[in-house]
Amino acid sequence: MTTLPPEPTRKLGLVIDLDTCVGCHACVVACKSWNDAGYGVPLSDQTPYGTEATGTFLNRVHSYEVTPEAGPAQLVHFPRSCLHCDDAPCVTVCPTGASYKRGADGIVLVNEDACIGCGLCAWACPYGAREMDVEAGVMKKCTLCVDRIYNEALPEEDRKPACVRTCPAGARHFGDLGDPNSAVSQLVAERGGVDLMPEQGTRPVNKYLPPRPRDAEPAIDVLGPLLEPVAETPEGLLGWLDRQLGKL
Amino acid sequence: MHPAPSVILFTTLSGLGFGLLAFLGLGLPALTGWPALGGYAAGFALALTGLVASTFHLGNPQRALRAFTQWRSSWLSREAWAAVIALALMGLHALGPVFLGQRFALLGALGALACLATVYATSMIYTQIKAVPRWNIEATPANFLTLSLAGGALLAGQSTVAAALLALAGVIQMWTWRVGDRAFGAAGSNAASATGLQDRGAVRAFEAPHTGPNYLLREMVFQVGRRRAAALRRIAMAAGIVGPLLLLGLGGGALWSAWLAAAIHAAGVLASRWLFFAEAEHVVGLYYGQTGGRAENPPRVVHG
Repeated sequence: MTTLPPEPTRKLGLVIDLDTCVGCHACVVACKSWNDAGYGVPLSDQTPYGTEATGTFLNRVHSYEVTPEAGPAQLVHFPRSCLHCDDAPCVTVCPTGASYKRGADGIVLVNEDACIGCGLCAWACPYGAREMDVEAGVMKKCTLCVDRIYNEALPEEDRKPACVRTCPAGARHFGDLGDPNSAVSQLVAERGGVDLMPEQGTRPVNKYLPPRPRDAEPAIDVLGPLLEPVAETPEGLLGWLDRQLGKL
Repeated sequence: MHPAPSVILFTTLSGLGFGLLAFLGLGLPALTGWPALGGYAAGFALALTGLVASTFHLGNPQRALRAFTQWRSSWLSREAWAAVIALALMGLHALGPVFLGQRFALLGALGALACLATVYATSMIYTQIKAVPRWNIEATPANFLTLSLAGGALLAGQSTVAAALLALAGVIQMWTWRVGDRAFGAAGSNAASATGLQDRGAVRAFEAPHTGPNYLLREMVFQVGRRRAAALRRIAMAAGIVGPLLLLGLGGGALWSAWLAAAIHAAGVLASRWLFFAEAEHVVGLYYGQTGGRAENPPRVVHG
């Protein structure tokens, strides 16, 4: 059904720490690797070794330059994937019922056997979280690794999304954002986690932790007194050279 | 948004077809026999060609019947139902004038209503999308409905009604562009809100996540030809509205002038529909360094 379920009490999702992310794209590779062989059709590539390499990905890492009012600019790496919104516009537009949100844990999924590949859900998503698989003609999106997180055949530590499991910086966190006492909810509260494009009214489950403010450069260099001050008026040979050059 | 020929043809042709069928359903003109057969056949041909064209942009058209299941939430599903109901009612209604020499007025009126409901549902497929602010305005359904009715009136040879509807469609087309041009700014989405970094400073896209094109860029960050938008708007107005009005005046309401005007009008609607897609900016472009809005955003070519 493409009507939304009543708001789930359990909301599985990701918390992405923009302070910690180093932009290594390991999550992109892990995501592609797992979902190439897991849920649904593989994520096809078109001419992957050609000049116009293009393909289907569920996770993309952008980089942004953020210039504060004072101080140097900062580079922020920004992983972008499905936010598993409470008011997911991609679900309600679907004409076939292929796009749906689970009432039990809030995960937004696509039943690929029912997808006609009209692309309307990708248009409805403000975040660009959905990409059509050109090969199979069906819509692909983040499944929150639904085939890992409940998979008892996997060791306990692997029962989290591939992107979270692989992140070498610990910038990605997975948990229940519907529970205010969960580790991820605590992290969001502590670090002031934000929704992306709240004005779109989608009420995303995933949260982003903005980078922590950088320390200001100290007005006085602590090593300053130890350094030889630069002479304002050079003397001796250098002084003579300086005076001669100034006359030219 | 990518102006796919399939959806441009679909919205234009089915709009004209359902517009014509609506007039025939109302008995304007009240044809019988062979002329009736011709009129209804033309309406059905246009509407069906449009609907068939729309399936060309599906990844898996063989499952298209599933699109009838989600009418509770989906405008695309509602449109599928409305189209089938409209065609069924109008098909039944056509039997009267074509074979029995009499009209069933109530059936025709219901059919006409269903035809307009179909055009409205088509427009709502686009209007509902908040992520494309230019579409997400009240003017969009009015734009689709008036163009459909004006085209239908021309095809049905209703010169006086057509002239009034063309004038109305022209005013609403200008209103659509005027409100649409400001819609992106009014929606309030920008690079800062997209990244949630507004408290940290001015945000600028530094590096894209991929070196090649992808589905998002091809489908939603289409920009080619937008710099010709002003010229195309003039063509859309000249061919869609002004030309047909002049022809109607010259022809003095003769059928030939209405039909010739309909052909030129269709070309104008095609131009307007092309712009409807090509000018529409999706907020996902903000992640790729687009700033949104026409005036302050010089066109940038995105490959693919």
